This record gives sequence, structure tokens and C-alpha cells, in this order.
Amino acid sequence: MRRAKPFNVLWLQAGGCGGCTMSILERGASGWFEELRGFGVNLLWHPSVSEETGVEARAILSKIERGDLALDALCIEGSILHGPDGSGFFNRLAGTGRSMLDWTRALAPRARYCVAIGSCAAFGGIPAATPDPTDARGLQYLGSDRGGALGADYVSRSGLPVINISGCAPHPGWIMETLLALSLGVFDRADMDSLGRPRLFADHLAHHGCGRNEFYEFKASAERFSERGCLMENLGCKATQAVGDCNQRSWNGGGSCTQAGSTCIACTSPGFETTRGFLQTAKLAGIPIGLPLDMPKAWFVALAALSKSATPRRVRENSRSDRLELPPVPGAKKQR
Amino acid sequence: MSRIVIGPFNRVEGDLEVTLDVDAGTVRQAYVSAPLYRGFEQILIGRPAEDALAIAPRICGICSVSQSLAVAAVLRAAGNARAAPNGLLLTNIAHAAENIADHLTHFYVFFMPDFAREAYARRPWFESVERRFKATRGTNLRETLPARAGLLQAMGLIAGKWPHSLAFRPAGVTRAIELGEQMRLLALLAAFRDFLEKTLFAAPLEAVIALETGDALENFAEGQGAAGDFAAFLRVAREVRLDQLGRGPGLLMSSGAYLGPNGHQFPSGLYDSAAGAAGPLPFDAIREDVSHAWMRDSAAEPANAETIPDVSREGAYSFAKAPRLAGRAVEVGALARQAVAGHPLIRDLLTRAGASSVFSRVAARLLEIAILTQTAENWARDLRLAEPFCAQDGPARDGPVTGFVEAARGALGHWATFRDGHILRYQIVAPTTWNFSPRDANGAPGPLEFALRGLEVGDEGASSVAVQHIVRSFDPCMVCTAH
Repeated sequence: MRRAKPFNVLWLQAGGCGGCTMSILERGASGWFEELRGFGVNLLWHPSVSEETGVEARAILSKIERGDLALDALCIEGSILHGPDGSGFFNRLAGTGRSMLDWTRALAPRARYCVAIGSCAAFGGIPAATPDPTDARGLQYLGSDRGGALGADYVSRSGLPVINISGCAPHPGWIMETLLALSLGVFDRADMDSLGRPRLFADHLAHHGCGRNEFYEFKASAERFSERGCLMENLGCKATQAVGDCNQRSWNGGGSCTQAGSTCIACTSPGFETTRGFLQTAKLAGIPIGLPLDMPKAWFVALAALSKSATPRRVRENSRSDRLELPPVPGAKKQR
Repeated sequence: MSRIVIGPFNRVEGDLEVTLDVDAGTVRQAYVSAPLYRGFEQILIGRPAEDALAIAPRICGICSVSQSLAVAAVLRAAGNARAAPNGLLLTNIAHAAENIADHLTHFYVFFMPDFAREAYARRPWFESVERRFKATRGTNLRETLPARAGLLQAMGLIAGKWPHSLAFRPAGVTRAIELGEQMRLLALLAAFRDFLEKTLFAAPLEAVIALETGDALENFAEGQGAAGDFAAFLRVAREVRLDQLGRGPGLLMSSGAYLGPNGHQFPSGLYDSAAGAAGPLPFDAIREDVSHAWMRDSAAEPANAETIPDVSREGAYSFAKAPRLAGRAVEVGALARQAVAGHPLIRDLLTRAGASSVFSRVAARLLEIAILTQTAENWARDLRLAEPFCAQDGPARDGPVTGFVEAARGALGHWATFRDGHILRYQIVAPTTWNFSPRDANGAPGPLEFALRGLEVGDEGASSVAVQHIVRSFDPCMVCTAH
């Protein structure tokens, strides 16, 4: 795609693990860099991949800070660590004597768009988990409150608040499709949900398209890991409450957390790190506390009781096995 | 004497600051600083034991499976569980995929682009190396990044999401795979082998694995493998004398890699490169020193230690503690793993040079790519689909336990104490904590600090490309280092 001016992207890493970068490096039939180039997206600097190091890298940042180099998208991966005592010293940008908190606040006003890559930069993420040793926050949010590093009222030069590509790590498609839409000028506020997440993934639930759906319908639940049944009732799965099209597009060429038999821990949600007991379903009087989004409790209880009693033998037995014990046989006699 | 601060030090995982005291063009002292602390050990304490499976992998996006497996090892010890053989095999395939992807990313994305810098513009090989390895533009990236993504499809199949998966359990994996999936695994490994044999090695993996001496390696670069990217590296390395650069302190350690039904694929042990001798690794002799870390004083034994930051500490310059083995700084990584395992090529390279070097570190990683790809094929064939993939695990019993694995970058240890099913203590010593440790109370430098000392930088100072080679030859993971 030809464009008059390149779309300049600066990617920085703050208090994170680098996993969002590992995710994006899976992108593109001819690799991520070719895909960026194909859209006229110019990576001004990225800590993991750019040639410039030390003084050369500092020069790029200084030019952007001074306003001498146009910045279209500022992408930040990782939480912004405010501690100790508001100094940001827990995360300095090496060689600059300045904290990432300071750099973030200096660069964000220059950016046409400001993009939080991953749940750390979006909402605080794992570093913000109790006891929050480093006073970690997202760019605009801390959890679901607008208490992030850039302040509640921050908007980038485009007028948009921070775009929160949450996920731990986010799917490479979520990152790339958002960046491409921004570069083409076809992304605006209507494309974000109430927490700033791109609706291209946030309009779905991780549960949608889950391969364990038949088990969910009948509440035929796994009781221990490696069983094929639904993971919601006993093993902590929050896919019915968490946004993401995880089970509609594949991860790593064909998989998802629930597909792999592991629990959805709602990593796209603000405050997912506050969970205690990620791998067990919290219950009150035998009923899961976290019910499917917008499902009234009484209905859930009634439907669960009904569907459990209606569970076919095939579904029930398969749910407690690690392999398909009874394949579906068209025309077979119905069994309960 | 002048002081040079280099940072941001990029094309490593995370951020790094290196300070050099230079006198008459020679590095007299080096100080390595990990500038990020997030507090994972503090976050783990008080949580249900199994929550470590969700939290600890998020220390690191590049080696999250390794962190998961160290947690699984800890929980296996605490629950007195035995893993299902199929579970170990699938775990090893996923772990190998992550580690191969790491080695590949290091070689093509982090390390080689330094030879495409202007500093080398007059070298006879520059034009071809620049075309092939230039950062973000080199022709290799059109092939290597898709090959990496193709290999990581093993992760989709076994673990669903990567990085950060919950598929790895103390007693196996969370899903049994079926015949079709076993064939898909074999097919994607075959496709990856094809990439290696055409592009990286330009020779059969077996020919690379069979290399036994430095001379054989030279012949390989000029003969059978001449068309490959490995050979391009070997030619550059010979001309730039990478075997003379970045000599390590001498002691190499591996905590044992790829636990299978019959023990480790690569054993644990200690290799003394000066003496050319291998021996057992005394795990109990591991201590952590905080004399130069922004950390509060704490027990030196990891099992009893706490990690509480103290940024006012006098003389501190890093968030990394300084791990020591019986008081000595130790180098870890693929080189150490293969030296301990006794691969003849690696032993020969170490014997010739008398110490680790930039060259042997990189060569060991590439050799390991060949070995692991071949081994992963065997693991995939060894699966017994009729048998379980996850055995029964028990609740974590009270008391202290340890879990050791080898990440791509070397020895990773978790020390945990549980009480009433909850985490009472948790300490993590990661590979780069060893390699990039600050000084200890005796003033003894960490391995990178040691390797930089005596380097001739001439008038180049901070722009010395040799500094870049030495630092990146360790393939540091800074997010793991201080976590």
C-alpha cells in the first residue's frame, strides 16, 4: 500500500515481560517487518529489533520529545511503575537517568495515537497485583479506574484516549489490526469499548466458539485438568465473562487456552491479577460466583439443573475423560 | 580514567545499562545494571500454591514456558506427584519449541545485526552480511520469522496460547492429543527441519550434530554448509576473532534440561573450562549476595531469602542479586548445558580457547537448535496415545521444595515453601541473574562484568561494537534477571 507519508511508530517497553513483542513477532506471512512496510508503517525504534542502541536510540527519543520527529503511534508495553515514592526508579530507561514514567509523560503528548500494548500497559496487569510492590499502573487506567500514569483526562493529538489492546499477552492480530486501522485513519472512538479496548476483539467473549461448548451447554464439567469437559464449573474458567475472540481466531496457528484444556483467567479484563485461586471456581452454596456475563443467577441455576439432568451419556462420559470415549454416532439410540 | 554509560542497551530481552571505566583505551572495570524491578516474589507470597502457575510465567515473555516448568517442578515436589510420561514428552516438545525460537530470535534478530553496522563497512564480507542480517531489513527475516511462527504452532497445539500458558501441570499437560495432532506435530517439525537444512545450516541436521572439533567446524563452513547462515557467522567470527572476545570466568553450570520418563536429556553438572573437567552440581551451595543490589539484607540461602527492594542501599547499582556457587560466579546457557552434557565440539572449542567466548556461546546455541529439533521429532514419535497425558497430582504439602529447569539462557531455579496450601516463601534465580550479576561482597564481578574487563575499546568508547558482541553473546533476559 502506498502512502504519501510514513506512519511513524515508536514502541517502548516499560514494566513488562516482553511477551507482547514475542506475540507480534509471529505476525505476517513474510514476517512482521514486511507487513509493516507493506502498509507504509515505519518503526522509528523498537527495543528488541532496532539497530540503534545507546546514544543512537537516545537521539531518536530526544528528537521525538522535542517535536522534531513526527510520532503517529506511541506503543507502550508493560506497566508504568510509579514507585518507590512516585519516583519511577523501579523502571529507568537505561542510559537516560530518567524513569519510564517520566519518558511516558514526556512522549505521550507528542503522539497522534497512544496505544497500550497488553494488559500491563492498559490496566496495570500482573505487576499491580497485591501487594503492588512497585505502584504499577496502566497508561490511563489502574484496574477499571482512570488512575493511570497519563491521567484520567489524557487524550492524544488525535483526541482519542489511550487505546487499550489488553491481553496477557494479546493476540498478534489484535495488535496489528489495530495499528493498521490507525495507520489507515479508519479507527475512531466508536471502535473502542467503554474501557478503551478495540472492539475488533472486545465485542466477543472468549467463550464464543469454544470447542468445549457442548459440555458447557449440558454443564458436563471437568473435575480435574486434562478432562475434556467444561472448565467453568470447577476449574476457574472465566471465558463466559472475559472479552476476546480467542476461540474464533486461533492462537499460534490453531489453539486457545480452553482448547488446550487450560482455564481462561480473563487476561483481557482490568484487575484480572486480583484473582486468588486462578485454577478453582469460587462458589457460594455450590453455585459459581462468577456467572456468565448478563445471565441472571436464578435462570443460570434453573438452566444448569435442567441441562445436567438432560445430559446425554456420550457428553457426560466424555466430559470426565481425557479422550473421546464415545464418539457421536448419527442415528444411534438416544441415551441419557 | 573515564566513565561511559551505555543504554538503552537494546536487542536484548528487556533493558540493560552497562557502565565502563576506561583507561588508555582499555576497559578496567564494568558494572552491569538491571534497571527494572517488578516484585514477583513479593506478589507470589500468601497466594494459593497453584496460583504460581498463573503468575510466575509472566515474569518473562520470551521464556515463559521455562518459568511455568519451574513452578510445575516445585508443585510436583510439594505434591509428591509423578508426571505421566506422555505429559513429560509433550512438555519437552513445547519447551524445545520455545527454546529453539529463542535461539533463533537471538541469532537473527538480536546478535547478527551488529555485523551489519557501519563499523564493519570496509570488511570484505560486509555487503553480503548487511544484505542478509541488517536489523529489521535483512533478507533472512522474510524466512526466519515465518519459520519461527511455524515452529510455535507446536505451542498452539500443545498449550493453546503462548506466551503465558496454563497447560503445564505438575503431573503432565492439560490435554491429551490425538493421532491427527501427533501427525501435525511431526509435520510442523519436519517443515522446521527443512527450513534449518536449507537456510540456517544448508546441511542435514545430522551433519551439524556430528561435528566434533573446531577443525571440523572450519571445514563445514567452507564445504558442506558453506551456503548457510551458520557458515556466514563462522566466517565472520574467524575474521573478527570472536573466539578471543568476551572470555568468561571459567565455571559453567547446567541444572539439567528436558526431564523425560528416563531422566534428563541434558544432565545437570558443573564444567570447569580451565581444567577441562566436569562434575556434579552442588545445588545446596547456591547463595545470593545483595551487597551491590538495591535489596535489603536477607538470608543468603534462596530457600530462606526474601526479596525486598531498598533503593537507598550504599554502593548498589542493580536490582539483580548476585548468585554465587560456593562463592564463585558461574556462567550459564546453551554453552554450559552442552559442555556439561559433553558434546565433543563444545568441549573442543572450550579446550582450545581455555574459556568461554563470544564465539563458543553463539556456536553452542546453533548446535543446540540442531540437536533439539532432532530430539523433538523423537519425542513426538515416542508418544503413546493410548496412555494418559496427565497423572494425578496432590495438594502442596507444607515445607520447602525446589524446582530446577534449564531455560534457553541457562539454569533457572525456584525455591518455595508452602504452608496450608499457600505460598510462604518464594525465591527465583534466573539464568541472567547468574550471567549479569553485579559484584559480590568480595568485590568479585559477575560473568559479564568479568568478560568485559580488559577489552580494548580504543577511541571508540561507548560505540565499540565489541562491547555489543560480548553483551549480546550471553543472550541476556533482563526481565527475568531481577523480576
